[in-house]
Parts: sequence; C-alpha cells; structure tokens
Amino acid sequence: MASRDMTGSEIVIKALIDHGVDTVFGYPGGAVLPIYDALFAQNALRHVLVRQEGGAVHMAEGYARSTGKVGVVLVTSGPGATNAVTGLTDALMDSVPVICLTGQVPTHLIGNDAFQEADTTGITRPCTKHNYLVKAMDDLPRVMHEAFHVARSGRPGPVVVDLPKDILMGKGAYRGPDDVPHRSYRPAVRADRDAVAEAVELMATARRPLFYVGGGVINSGPEASKRLTRLVRLTGYPATVTLMGLGAFPASDPQCLGMLGMHGLYEANLAMHDCDVMINVGARFDDRVTGRLADFSPGSKKIHIDIDPSSVNKNVPVDVPLIGDAGTVLQQLLRAWKALERQPDRKALAAWWKQIEKWRGRDCLRFAESKTSIKPQHAIKRLYEKTLGRDVYITTEVGQHQMWAAQYFKFEEPNRWMTSGGLGTMGYGLPAAIGVQVAHPESLVVDIAGEASFLMNIQELSTAVQYNLPVKAFIINNQWMGMVRQWQELLHGGRYSESYTAALPDFVKLAEACQWTGLRATRPDELDDVIDAMIATDGPVIADIVVEKEENCFPMIPSGAAHNEMLLGPDEKAEAPVSEEGMVLV
Amino acid sequence: MSETERHTISVLVDNEAGVLARVIGLFSGRGYNIESLTVAEVDAANALSRITVVTTGTPMIIEQIKAQLDRLVPVHRVVDLTIEGPYVERELALVKVKASGNRRVESLRIADIFRARAIDSTGESFVFEISGSTDKLDAFIGLMEPLGLVDVSRTGVVAIARGKEGL
Repeated sequence: MASRDMTGSEIVIKALIDHGVDTVFGYPGGAVLPIYDALFAQNALRHVLVRQEGGAVHMAEGYARSTGKVGVVLVTSGPGATNAVTGLTDALMDSVPVICLTGQVPTHLIGNDAFQEADTTGITRPCTKHNYLVKAMDDLPRVMHEAFHVARSGRPGPVVVDLPKDILMGKGAYRGPDDVPHRSYRPAVRADRDAVAEAVELMATARRPLFYVGGGVINSGPEASKRLTRLVRLTGYPATVTLMGLGAFPASDPQCLGMLGMHGLYEANLAMHDCDVMINVGARFDDRVTGRLADFSPGSKKIHIDIDPSSVNKNVPVDVPLIGDAGTVLQQLLRAWKALERQPDRKALAAWWKQIEKWRGRDCLRFAESKTSIKPQHAIKRLYEKTLGRDVYITTEVGQHQMWAAQYFKFEEPNRWMTSGGLGTMGYGLPAAIGVQVAHPESLVVDIAGEASFLMNIQELSTAVQYNLPVKAFIINNQWMGMVRQWQELLHGGRYSESYTAALPDFVKLAEACQWTGLRATRPDELDDVIDAMIATDGPVIADIVVEKEENCFPMIPSGAAHNEMLLGPDEKAEAPVSEEGMVLV
Repeated sequence: MSETERHTISVLVDNEAGVLARVIGLFSGRGYNIESLTVAEVDAANALSRITVVTTGTPMIIEQIKAQLDRLVPVHRVVDLTIEGPYVERELALVKVKASGNRRVESLRIADIFRARAIDSTGESFVFEISGSTDKLDAFIGLMEPLGLVDVSRTGVVAIARGKEGL
C-alpha cells in the first residue's frame, strides 16, 4: 500500500493490529482525539477506559506480565503523559514490555507552552527503555514497528511514542513490519560458547552450589522456566528465587528454598551466604537481595546469566558472565552439562543438603496464631489453601502484605505473580489485577492489598465494573502503613510519625457504592467463609480482612546487615543496633 | 576501594534528536563524572555522530559506563580508547589575552614556544589558537594568566585510535 491514503491515526491502529495487540488501556483527551476517532471506526482493538492514566500503565503491566505480550497504553498530551510516568518507571525497573502512545500538541506548537503541552520525550527519557517523538509522517510506520521491537526484545521495557496531533491527522502510507535488522540495537541472545563451558566446569566443581533465580527467567518465556526446572533437577542443586522470579521454579519442588532477600526465608538466605558456587539466572543482585554488599555470599564463585550487560558487575563482581537470553543460555547449559565428563561431588552435595535441611527445620515462617484476631499471615495462607488447584493470578500492592504474599502464597508456574518489585509502587495491585483479568477473563484474579496502597488507585474500581471484570481485592487491613510502621518500630525508636490512617473508608460500603460486592472478616472464625464467598461471587469483590494491627513481617534482614544476621521473629533483637550506614539505606 | 582511572571513550551514535540528552542524562542520572564531552556529525551520509567522552571512575564504574552507553538504542559502538590500545587525543582552545608593552611581547613569545597562533589581534589584545593535549593547554593558559588572560574557550578532547583500523 504505497498510496498516501491513511491518516496517521489509522496507521497507528493498523500497526497495533499487525503486532497482535487486542487491547489498549487508555484515556482520551484533545491531542489524541484523532486516534479515538480511528478506534471508533474499527472492531479489532478493544479499548479499556481507565479512570486515571497511571492506572492504565499498571493495567498494561498486569496484562503484559500475565501473558508475555506487549501491553499498550494510549493517553493524551500534557497531564495524560505525566500521569503515566510512575507506571513507566515501574515498567522500566521490572523490565515489563509496555508501549505508551502519548498525544502531543501539533508540531508547529511544540515548545510554545501550548495548552496541555509537556516535553514528554524529555520527561520520559530516564524512565523508558527508549522513546520517540514522531515529527515526520514518513517515519510513523517505522517508529511504531521499532517501538514493539525495542519493547519486547532484549531486556524488555517501556517505550513511549509521542504523537503530535498534526501527524495523527495527516495522510501517509503504511508499511508493514519487516525483518530488516535495527541499525544499532542488537541485543545478545546466545552466550559465548567458551563462557558456557567455563560455567558448567565451575558448576561441576561445586560443593555447596545454589541457583539464584530471578525475573529474567519469566521474561524469557515459559520455556525458560521449564529448562531451568530441568537443569535444577538434573544437577540436584538447591534453588532460591527472587521476588520477581516467584513461579519461575515450582515452589512445591523439594529443591526450592523459596524467596531470598530482606524478607526471604532463613534457609534461602543462609544458603546464599554459605554457598561456594552461585548460578544467577536472570537476577540482578538487587539491594533487597544482597543486604550488606561487603558480606554478600562472601565465599562463592559467581556465574551470572543476564541479557543486559550493564547488570553484570554492577553491584557484585562475578566470575563467569553469560550474556544472553535466559531461555537460550539455559538450553546451552543443559547441553553442556549433559556432555560433561566430570561429575559433581555427590558426598559434598549430600552434606550441603543436610545443612540446608537443618536450616529448614527452623521453620522460619512459623507465626503465633490467634483466636481473637486474624493474623495477616494466616489470612494469606488460607487464601492460598482455598485457591489451590484453581486457575489463579495474584497481584499485590506494596508493603507488608506484599512480603507476606510472597512468603505464604506458593507459585508453581511463571506469569501468575504480578508485583511491583523494583520501584515499589503503592497502588499497583488493583489496576494490575484489572489488566490481568482483561487478558484472562475466566481466571480468578486476586489483588492481595494493603488498605493504604489500595486507596492510591481506588478510582479504578469503576473500570472493573464497566468491563464486567470480576477482580477480587483481598485487603489485609491493619489501618497502618504496615511496613512504614514496622520500620518506625524497629529502626526509628517507635516514633510512629504519620503512618496511621485515622479516617479510612468503610470498604464494604465503598464496594457497594462502586457496584462491587463488599465482604468483611474481623474474627478468625469468619475468615474462611469470607474467602469462600469472595471466590464464589461472580462479580468484583472487596474482601476487607481486618487483621492484627501491629504484626511485623519476619524474617527480616535489617538494612545494612548481612544474610547471616537476619531476625527471625518478634522475640529476636538485632545483635547490634542498626548502624548509621544501615539507617541511610532505604 | 579501587583506584580511580581516567578513560577516553568513543561512542558512535545515530545523529538524531535527543541522542546527546540521552548520553548526558545517563551520566547525570547515575552520578558518573564527565571531564569533557564533544560531539559532532562525522558521517552525514549515514547520519552518524561521534561522541568523545573523558570520564573518571573505578574500573567497575568505567565498565558500567560503557555497558550503560551501549544499552542506549541509538548507540552503534562504544570503544574504550584507553584500553583498546594506543590512541591520540587533542583539544583545541581559543585564548584571549589583553596586554601591552612587555607583557604583550611575552605572550607572543610563549605562544611561539607552544606553537599557538594569533588569529585575532587588536592594539591591546590577542586571540590565540592552540591545540594539543589537555595538559599542554592547561600549561599554556596557566602562563597567560599573569599576562592578562581574559577569556578561554575550549573544545574538550577529541580522540582517535592509532593505526589503520577504524572504529
């Protein structure tokens, strides 16, 4: 189609369809009205009207993370674009493929402080993987295709395409996606062959090995998780999983030590501290995982699989970097491991497992049950047990409930767990759950929420109703910003400054006002019934679980401490008060 | 902590809007040092620009800088000239000196020693053009200071590898 018979808006829509997009999360406004016109005239793309643009990006993230596809957002210029910034930063930190189409004032007005003008590419440059301002009609089809390529290949991430109104209304010619390689952007896929050989040699010499599994495995696609599971089982080595990697390796597998890090499991953190060969698959040595860097896994040789060379040697020096896609490199490792002549020292491995079992024996997730108040851990445990075997997706907000969800909800497969890891965005869970539900209309989608986070994007309750999305919000309601309160108790001398919400809404009435079903449990004996009723209800439900107010989340590695200095429960005090250096850390 | 090193890095980029902002934003956003940075189009047919950046940091930081630069979508190649082998680097400065009498003569004499050229002169001032290493320029400017230095404009370092290989 070489004739210039399509408008810019039609070209945008055609490109989305050609890239397999079926849903766009958006909010109209002056600068994007031409696209809304083009949307009106077609039936291939579904538009989900959000209540605030920030919600649109989290919905696209939820959609993307639960499907492996690119999530698409459409917002107007100025405030539409600036409202999207938090979501874009979230997607950048957690490597989520999102394309955000932003309207822009016409090209001749750019720079004139026009109505609803913002320097969108300037503002979003540091919070996107890449961004484009389309200034010429002829560039539009190429930019659209490039945006998809950049968003989903390599280390995935958010891409902004800023579209001036005159481009959207002008006439141009559409060109379909082609296979011409990008001029400069060529992410690595296969790891260097010699490095793979070196890695398996090192793995085979291990006496206390450990797999350290991150979100890169999930981003690589479900095949990567299968290969990882094969490799872990073949070696017989233990595996620990990051917050972002939950589900990449089955939690029920006896070789799975669970999550590591600040609120990770005792056995996982001590294994990380004591291992002699670490095989990092798609994790990035985040500060929540490493604790005090100087004492992070001090005696280990480190293998690091990552698609992003800038993640290698950033925080922790590694011995064998394997730059490439996790799934591809795992395949390379599997082949090399099977061909290996030398065998690992089975006796040493047995001793290592014996040690790990001893740590496991501490049962670090044990908590004191109560007959009078609902323990938050118990609530999440029951939710897990009652949804076991169902087709369930979990999103979370950010805080204590998020960590408890990561600890007590077990994930057997990838793409089932959506949480804001890197940025820690309160308000993520509700819109993310809506995005997941759009992609999986028949599945059970639960936002495990805290009441404070939940209020941050509360306006999206109305979106769920408009599209008949039966999202469930399971609010762990302790009336505090629980994690802030916990830090104030443990690190700031019990000065509970501004962490109590004194005027919470009645969530049951709020649900009803928004045409959701509202349920509440305040006593332990009400919990199971509320969970059952929540699952059995066809439409969206808020389950307000009123929990023990001052429960703390353990285990915990205090900031600035090392893995072997973790606190297991409320009765334990840190060996030394948290240092100045530790206090400075977030 | 490892010692801080000074590295000269060449970056070949698409000559497109915003590319310099991406590079500079990366340095400021991640707290890296820039000692000097130059940019100009070097291949109009292919719309390529070359950025020369002089930076300091520990070896781990230098490795990060290169990886982060390479990660930018419009970046074609990142070469650490300091590591890759012998290279030459030059900087150009325009130096304005206001002087009369002996000082005026002295400034000309020093310019001669440094092979600087006077490219503008009035009865009481010169503008010298000088090129060479950063150290040489620093030395020249230092000597002009007491003679009546008014203004300095420097390009920052440009660099290229020795030998027959291209970037």
